[in-house]
Formats: sequence, structure tokens, C-alpha cells
Amino acid sequence: MKLDAKIPSGPLEEKWSKHLNDVKLVSPNNKRKMHVIVVGTGLAGASASASLAELGYKVSTFCIQDSGRRAHSIAAQGGINAAKNYQNDGDSVYRLFYDTIKGGDYRSREANVYRLAHLSNNIIDQAVSQGVPFAREYGGYLANRSFGGAQVSRTFYARGQTGQQLLMGAYQSMMKMVNEGKINYYTRHEMMDVVVIDGVARGIITRDLVTGELTRHSADAVILATGGYGNVFYLSTNAKNSNVTATWRAHKRGAAFANPSFVQVHPTCIPVSGDYQSKLTLMSESLRNDGRVWVPRKAGDDRPPNQIPEEERYYYLEERYPSFGNLVPRDVASRNAKQVTDEGLGVGETGLAVYLDFRDAIARDGKDVISAKYGNLFDMYENISGENPYEVPMRIYPAVHYTMGGLWVDYNLMTTVPGLFALGEANFSDHGANRLGASALMQGLADGYFVIPFTIGDYLADAGVSTIDTSHEAFASVEKEVQERIDKILNVKGDRTVIDFHRTLGRIVWDNIGITRNEKDLKKAITEIQALREEFWQNVKVPGKATNYNKYLEFAHRVADFFELAELMAYDALDRGESCGCHLREEFQTPEGEAIRNDKDYAYVSAWEFKDLNGKLETELHKETLEFEFVEMKQRSYK
Amino acid sequence: MSQMTIHLKIWRQAGPDVKGAFENHTLDTVNEHMSFLEMLDVLNEELVVAGKEPFEFDYDCREGICGSCNLVINGRAHGPKRLTAACQLHMRNFKDGDSIVIEPARAAAFPVIKDLVVDRSAFDRIIAAGGYITVRTGSAPEANSIPVELEDSTFSFDYAACIGCGACVAACPNSSASLFTAAKLSHLNRLPQGEPEREKRVIAMVEQMEKEGFGDCSNFGECEAVCPKGISIASIAEMRRNYVKATIAG
Ligand SMILES: Cc1cc2nc3c(=O)[nH]c(=O)nc-3n(C[C@H](O)[C@H](O)[C@H](O)COP(=O)(O)OP(=O)(O)OC[C@H]3O[C@@H](n4cnc5c(N)ncnc54)[C@H](O)[C@@H]3O)c2cc1C
Ligand code: SF4
Ligand code: FES
Repeated sequence: MKLDAKIPSGPLEEKWSKHLNDVKLVSPNNKRKMHVIVVGTGLAGASASASLAELGYKVSTFCIQDSGRRAHSIAAQGGINAAKNYQNDGDSVYRLFYDTIKGGDYRSREANVYRLAHLSNNIIDQAVSQGVPFAREYGGYLANRSFGGAQVSRTFYARGQTGQQLLMGAYQSMMKMVNEGKINYYTRHEMMDVVVIDGVARGIITRDLVTGELTRHSADAVILATGGYGNVFYLSTNAKNSNVTATWRAHKRGAAFANPSFVQVHPTCIPVSGDYQSKLTLMSESLRNDGRVWVPRKAGDDRPPNQIPEEERYYYLEERYPSFGNLVPRDVASRNAKQVTDEGLGVGETGLAVYLDFRDAIARDGKDVISAKYGNLFDMYENISGENPYEVPMRIYPAVHYTMGGLWVDYNLMTTVPGLFALGEANFSDHGANRLGASALMQGLADGYFVIPFTIGDYLADAGVSTIDTSHEAFASVEKEVQERIDKILNVKGDRTVIDFHRTLGRIVWDNIGITRNEKDLKKAITEIQALREEFWQNVKVPGKATNYNKYLEFAHRVADFFELAELMAYDALDRGESCGCHLREEFQTPEGEAIRNDKDYAYVSAWEFKDLNGKLETELHKETLEFEFVEMKQRSYK
Repeated sequence: MSQMTIHLKIWRQAGPDVKGAFENHTLDTVNEHMSFLEMLDVLNEELVVAGKEPFEFDYDCREGICGSCNLVINGRAHGPKRLTAACQLHMRNFKDGDSIVIEPARAAAFPVIKDLVVDRSAFDRIIAAGGYITVRTGSAPEANSIPVELEDSTFSFDYAACIGCGACVAACPNSSASLFTAAKLSHLNRLPQGEPEREKRVIAMVEQMEKEGFGDCSNFGECEAVCPKGISIASIAEMRRNYVKATIAG
């Protein structure tokens, strides 16, 4: 396998426009003959489907939910970045680029990130024209806020529903093309595998989730916009149907998987309350602007928080990071919460929580001011926890939130399998080892609206109209493999439920490939994951049948893929003998617990090639060396 | 943490063309922190372990935003708590010993797929018919060249908040989809960007809604009462006015 990122030459600012001039065009006549499959209807998939159909391609779009509008993107709250500089506070494309590269701890590609910053403004234009109701000021112009510790106000937002509103814009544009007959729209359809013929992606096999029917679809190109794999942890802030299946199947058919261990853990989520817990809820990061994070100084102090006197409270972020305090970046805040709870200082019934206290802010600004800023978040917290955060400090804990890793793609968003593309959270492209707030929405939409419509043409112009259809024997053989796997899962007829396996897997991954990692635990995790996977195939109990709606069967498939991914995540974390961004290897930190990055040996993207899977995953590491021509790599410090 | 016993009466239906019936189950390990859907997860796990079929129900985000969940709980779409989707309902809203009836969101235009899962694809088709602003990717003008009065923008937003769950349809004695359709019209028609397609939009969406087999609106107001996003019924009157105007003008 050879990794060629295909980064255009020339100055940073001109790479994309130069590339646009260089990419080949497909004639309108040929576009009509070319069929593109888009899997996923989140921001990336919906925007790509609409834009490609507008260009004249025949498009087929698939999603798991009963409507494209329900994709996980809908849940994003905070906002989307763009370098409009409407606030006149000195923002620019370069600054957005620089913050994103630095935030990613110098583990992403300069050229990609610059393009992302450059396209950010077009996204806002597009969304506003579609009727996305972004926040506005009295004069009727767009409002912004500062987000995630950025020094400029560049975040556009739509109350707490930025993802929903942006997705509705993209979904509506897509549905218009469905109505015009330009998109075949398949809901409640899951992609089960990719069909690769002579090394080129030629189509997919899908399962109708209502009837269980398997169908073959051939295409000139296949785009995966299937989101992230945070649910490998079982508990995460991702929607319940989020999964790795599509990208993992692509990986097993030849697509390299990049940086699988780069997972973002969000510091302010509502803690787990019991074994029945099915998902975790994010509380906006903005709460840290006014809330103070603390734990009791003494382990085992079980007094109610309001009875713990000031001197016995450990405001650990303020003490450890005097200049940033409670506003340290996500990874630093999460790591410190884990440290204090590991030391036995955690609070609440499980001991896996820290306090986020608004007592001082309420005393300073008054309850009304705090309520105006965070009222809806306080209500949400009270609804879930049953406690009133105006009176008792909130209990929060970090939770898995976003996966920076994903399918390796070149500058054109093509994977290592020709004809197979990956967009949005499904690829690895722009966030390096840590994603900044409000930049995932930006990336998904940049990929779908403004990158893929051009770069896919470059591939298709060379490939020409495909003459392969579903009668090719490869389709029959992949479909047969899918059918056999379904039968195999249903026929185990063991004793443990899918959820039980998933929860156990999640525990192993969280404990060992979570907020901090070390060689010993990673090795232990690999053995445990392998053993659990083996048990799964001998002891899983899946109810019902394959020929109707069967959620447990769907989950069983996805969990089976999570097992394999989890093992790869451990190898990746083991390989990276440094600490960078979200990835903290305990062996590589200063005595004060600060990350030690190693640019000499690890300034690369790890791209894993699937080889085989017997008792263990066999895999080969390829390295894409990251060249920094335009920015200087600096050490992050928040002291 | 105290445990509660809850008696459940849940709709079971193998497929669209077969008859369904209620089934009774009692759970004695419910606690107040569980969400309503987690309570159903616990029941389903027990059923699977006992070699029985679990109940199918729709969900995804479990945060009240994707609109997947649409259970009718004790006769009320999304259950007893106002402005709260079923997935955000917590068991602390019930007490030890309570009986709870759970049904699918029934409507002629929402055929049952299995148990509590229904087919809401009619909503997609209503949007496809006209619930958009036509703007080709790449053709949008500079965002701030279209100022929108704050009042219009706030009004529009209040309606854009609809999550497409279909509770309004389930609650309506006529199974009307008027609130859902009107919400989209009020969102788009109030914005300057939505102006050029106003008339075309209202005609296309209203006619699609009728074609799908949804009933008429007779102002019962049940839709507004169950809507988890507080969509106002005022939009329906506006939709009707605009429809009449558009058809006469056209
Ligand atoms: C609670 C929360 C809040 C967030 N807030 C923000 C924020 O404020 N700002 C920000 O920038 N980012 C935020 N993010 C991150 C951001 O929302 C996501 O990264 C982004 O929306 C992902 O979009 P996507 O299009 O790549 O994938 P998704 O939206 O996850 O869509 C995936 C699509 O693929 C389909 N699919 C998946 N697998 C298959 C399969 N096998 N077959 C068929 N279809 C399949 C699904 O049905 C779905 O349609 C947040 C994330 C969470 C969890
Ligand atoms: S109007 Fe309310 S009840 Fe009806 S679909 Fe929208 S959110 Fe659901
Ligand atoms: S599951 Fe998403 S709104 Fe209830």
C-alpha cells in the first residue's frame, strides 16, 4: 500500500484554487450516466447528495434512520466556526487555520486544514440562503460568540440547535432533488459491505431494516459519510445507531484506517447513574465560563457539597493551571477529572463525578443573570438528575464525544481504494489529535458542499462510465458473505445478550484506551478484547429472525465490528510512543503530568492496512509523514 | 436508590398486515433515574434472556432532538410531561406501583411496521414536495447581504424547532399533519430568502399532505398540547389563509 496525499504544490493560500483549476471535469452528458452512492445523511452525506445531484450525477443515498433528517448531526448544539470576521476582532482564514492546526497538536495536514478554514465562509453563505435561522443581532445581521477558548468570536449558532438547523438546510436541499427524481432515497437501509472489484470500489450491499432483504447496488463511485465510531465505548454522547460498520467493512476491503486511537473525550457530561444507562448527555462547554470545578480534598468525604468548607475544597483546575483555570482545553480538563477520581476524590454515588459549582457565580452576578445564560442547560440537568443546580453543584464527568480517527483519505477525500471516498467524521482528515469546538460541523459541510463535488470529478473523468453492474459475480459473492454472517450471528443462540457484550467491551476500551493510556494496560486490553470477541461468536444470544425489523440483530452486527476496531485502536495507541492531543501515554509526560509530544519520531499519520483476522487482528502500519512548511510546531501550555 | 415496581401494558404487533394486541409485563427493578426508554431496554433485556422477543421501538439521539421516538404513553403522545419527548421522560415522573400503557403513534398515514415502530415516510414526502428554499450549492450570496429582522428571525426559528416526530398526528382525532406542515411553512415563508417560492410552497406541501391520507384540521388543539417543541397552532391558521390566497391568485 502506498500513501499519496496528493497535496497540490505551491503556496498554502493558493493550493485549493490551483487544484480547482487542475481537476478534470466530467462532461454533462457523462454525468447523467454516472451513478454515485452516498451512504449517510448527516451533514456530510446530505450536503454531498444534494450537491452531486444538482451537478447532474445520478445519486443513491442511504441511511439507517427512518428519515435522513434524523442523522446524528442533528444533536450538535454549540455552533459552527467560520472566518467571516464579522466582529472585526482580527479573525482571518489564516487564524482559523492556525488555531485548528495547533488545537490538533500538529498531527493534521496543513493543506487540508487551510482549505477547511478557507471554505468555512461559503458554508455560512449557503446555510443562510437555505433559511438556516442563525442567531442575529438587533440590526438583523448575524451574531457570533466565542467558543472553546478561542480568542476571537467566530462561532455561528442557532440557539442550542446548530446541528439540527444546519442539517435541516442540507436535508431539505437533498429532498428537493429526491422530488425531482435525481436521488434514489433509501431510509432504514444499512450498508453491510462494499464491493471492490480488481481493487476498485464498484458498489455496496445493503440490508432493508424493515424486511431484512439484501440488495446489490452498483455505482461509479461510493461515498461513505457514515459518521464516527465513538460508540465502541458503549457509552458516549453519540446517537444509539452511530457505528463503525460501514468504514470498518471498507477497511477490511482495503481502505486504510488512520489514527484510530484519536478519540475526543468531552469534559462536561452528565455522569453515569447505573448499569441500565444507555447513553450520555453532553452539557455545553460554555458552563465552564462561570462554573468552578472542584472535588473534596479528602478522599471519602461524603458530606453534602454545600457543607464542605472552602478550605477543604480542591479547585484542581484553578490550582494546577493558574492562567487558564476552568477554561483549559477539553483534553486537559478530562484528563484532570480522571486523575482526581482515580485518586479517590470523586463524588456522587459512583465516585465517578466532579462538581461544577455555580455558587460563586450566582453570588457575584445574581441568579437571574446565570439563569439567562444557562437556564435551559440547568433545566436539562435537573430533568435528568433530579437535582437543582442553582442550589447544589452539578455533578459532571467526561464522556466520549467525537472520533478524530477514521478512514485515511487523500486531499481529494479518496481512500486507499480507488472510487471509495470518505467524508465528515468518517474520515480522519482535518482535526489531528484533538478537534476544536464548532469545527466538526464545518468539516462535514465543507467536505459535502464544496470539496467532493469537484474532487470526485477528477476521479470519474479518468475512470469513465463504468460497465460493471450487479450481475458481476463479485456482487453475488459479497452478498453471500453478508448472508452467511447474518445466519452465523443468529445461529449462535448463546446466553449473553448483545448489549451485555457491548457494555463489557465498552468498559475495557474506556478503562484502557480512554483518557490516559499505558503500555501495560493496552497489552492487557488486547488480550481481553480478543477473548471477549471469541466468546461473542460462541455465546451471543440474538432474538428474532433476519426477515423483519430486528434491532437486536442490527446491533449484533455493529458490535461484532466494534470488537475488531477496538483491537486496532489498542495497536495504534501502543504504537504512538508520545503524548499528543487527546492521546496521553502515561510513560510520556512530565512529572507534573503534562504531555510530552515527540515531533522527531511521531509527526506522522498512522494508516493501518488490514491483513487478516484469525485469533488476532493482523495489520500493517503505514506512515504518512506530516510536513510543516508554513507553521512552526510549538508545545501547548496552559499553565 | 429506591426501586419501583411498574406494570406495563405494551402493544405487540408482528407486522403491518397482522392484528396486534396488548401484552402485560411487570418490572420491579425500575429506578427514578432511568429514562423511559431505558426502562424499556431493561424489559427487553429480560425478555431476550428469557428467550422471548423484545419490543421494537424507534429511537436514536435519546436527547429529544432527532424526533425518532414517538411512543404514546397512557394515551398521550410522548407521555405526561409537557414539552418533553418520550426519550427525555424520566421514571421519576411515575410512582411505585403505577400501570403504564404504551402504544404506537397510530394514524392511517403511519402504518405500523412492528410493535411500536411506525412508518413516517409521509413526512419526508411533504418536505420533498416543497419544504425547502431552492438554492444551488455555490450560488448563495454573502450571508450578511440578507439581513433578517430580529422579529422575523425569532418567529421563523420558533417553527424551525419542529423535530418531525409525528406526535401531533398521533394526538389529533383526525390524524391531521397540519401542525408539522404548517411549522415548516412558517419557518420558511417568514424569511426573505423564502419569499420567492412562498405560494408554490404552500400549495405543494398542503396538497402532498392531503395525498398522503392525513385528515383535515378541525381545531381540536391536541397537536399543540403534545408537541415536544411547543410549535404553535397559530401556524395552521396562517397556512390555511396562505393556501386559499395562493390558489385563488394562481
Ligand atoms: C452531543 C454532540 C454535540 C456536538 N456539538 C457539536 C458542535 O456544537 N459543533 C461541532 O462542530 N460539532 C459538534 N459535534 C460533532 C458533530 O455533530 C459530528 O461530528 C458531525 O455531525 C458528524 O456528521 P457526519 O455527517 O459526519 O455524520 P453523522 O451525522 O453521524 O451521520 C451519519 C449518517 O450515516 C448513516 N449511517 C451510518 N452507518 C451506516 C450504514 N452502515 N449504512 C447506512 N447508513 C449508515 C447514518 O444513518 C447517518 O445518516 C457534536 C457531537 C455530539 C455527539
Ligand atoms: S409539530 Fe411538534 S409534534 Fe408535530 S412533528 Fe413537529 S415537533 Fe413533533
Ligand atoms: S430518541 Fe431522538 S428525540 Fe427521542
